[in-house]
Amino acid sequence: MDISPLFFYLFAGLAVGFSFLVVLKKNPVASAFSLVMVFFAFAGIYALLEAHLVAALQILVYAGAIMVLFVFVIMLLNADVPSFDVGRSTLKIRLGAAFLCLILFCIFVCVLKDSPLPISDKTFTPEKIAAQGGNTQVISELLFSEYILPFELTSLLLLTGIVGSVAIAKRKLGGSNAN
Amino acid sequence: MMTLFEWVILAAKIAGVVLVLLHVVPVMVWVERRGSALMQNRLGPNRVGPLGLLQSLVDVIKLLWKEDSIPGHVDAFYYVLAPFITVIPAFMTFAVIPFASQLTWNGHLISFQIADLNVGLLYIFSIASLGVYGIIMAGWSSNNKYALLGSMRSSSQMISYELSMGLSVVGMIMIFSSVSLGDIARLQGETLFHFWIFDIPKWGIFIQPLGFLIFITAVFAETNRLPFDLPEGESEIVAGYHLEYGSMKFALFFMAEYLNMTTGAGLLTTLYFGGWQMLPGMHFALDALNLQGMTYECVRVFLELTSFIIKVGFFMWLFVWVRWTLPRFRYDQLMDLGWKVMLPLSLVNIFITGLLIYYKVV
Repeated sequence: MDISPLFFYLFAGLAVGFSFLVVLKKNPVASAFSLVMVFFAFAGIYALLEAHLVAALQILVYAGAIMVLFVFVIMLLNADVPSFDVGRSTLKIRLGAAFLCLILFCIFVCVLKDSPLPISDKTFTPEKIAAQGGNTQVISELLFSEYILPFELTSLLLLTGIVGSVAIAKRKLGGSNAN
Repeated sequence: MMTLFEWVILAAKIAGVVLVLLHVVPVMVWVERRGSALMQNRLGPNRVGPLGLLQSLVDVIKLLWKEDSIPGHVDAFYYVLAPFITVIPAFMTFAVIPFASQLTWNGHLISFQIADLNVGLLYIFSIASLGVYGIIMAGWSSNNKYALLGSMRSSSQMISYELSMGLSVVGMIMIFSSVSLGDIARLQGETLFHFWIFDIPKWGIFIQPLGFLIFITAVFAETNRLPFDLPEGESEIVAGYHLEYGSMKFALFFMAEYLNMTTGAGLLTTLYFGGWQMLPGMHFALDALNLQGMTYECVRVFLELTSFIIKVGFFMWLFVWVRWTLPRFRYDQLMDLGWKVMLPLSLVNIFITGLLIYYKVV
């Protein structure tokens, strides 16, 4: 009684459907909400692949943090205008877009058709991961041992980003006060 | 691959948890109304049924039969979707909270927890971070200034307090080196130290008192309850994000608040009060009964379940107690507390915990 294919088609269908909504909705806030649903569907697929940590992080980081910020920015900037002018899309533009989409699709097919799965060595089989205490344990140990330098550098990069944004916001605030 | 038996057990657990959660809501509404009356020296609902217990039932019937109207100025699709988006995460969080230890029955291992994920706590935080969407969606789609203000306040509040909530638990994760709630609840059964004739257990409250204070404050802020109920400050923004909602759609927001309270109480119990670990004295009672085999196991699980329910009930009452005791914060005070007090304190807590682990104190 394996019902996971059923759930795969459910989540995959949701992902495709809401991806269409992201593009088709004219209201940016509605597009953003649809994108959240896409992320959620992806997380469902990750969970089906037993990658629980990736699924949890997908929701926590993308759906829970980044998209909240997006929605905030869209709502506060009151960007209630269509993201592109539909009236001007002539036949030429539509044909061009369709052609570009076709090329992109061909590239994807060419790249993914013959390439082997990236996991070639058998270091991380599901059994071995389970024996070492699950995804979270394995990934945390790797992050804090073998990949400690990239990990710390990434956090430094994020810190720089925070300091930079605060500095820019402060300067603008100071300028308006001086005037 | 799961056998039919396991599927049946899983379905029974899900149905049981959802049913209990659904029934907690009307009971808690009654407790809240009677509790507030008790503290304000009045009677509260006391006419329908014994002690007014059926008041919630007739309220639900009223809400179900009211006309389900949609105002003309709202974005209808997201307006209808928002209450559902608010309620669903409130139910989902309880999936990883263990409510008793394991039981072996006819060779099958039955764990009293819907799913023991090895990302337990991360799952809870990720689902909790989704709760904010229902509120943003409701405020935005209502197309009303008060509603939008309420949802803005609510979302910035939830984002601010999520941070200290996550960081306050890191101490617990460091000590037990696991993020699985099943592990954390089980490991809290160990003895911390002996004091005279008492065994002080390794409950979170004893090894992480600062973390507990930060966490419980953050839980109050996350559930939008007083003293942090700025999103629906009646005197300032009428009712906040659910201003335009009526009948059962309003009731869904109401339900979500009480469900979040229940989950918050369950989390506080599991992380800091030993989860399903038996209350002091129950061990002696269990030993005194002198039971064998299956009967012993069943009584043990029953006692653990009772302990869990008593602890959760205590925290539920604490939510009501605090709501009718403390006044509301001002908005800038709320933000200052979140970012300038709670966040540094939770970082200090992590640092101290690290030192204690390094010098092998805990």
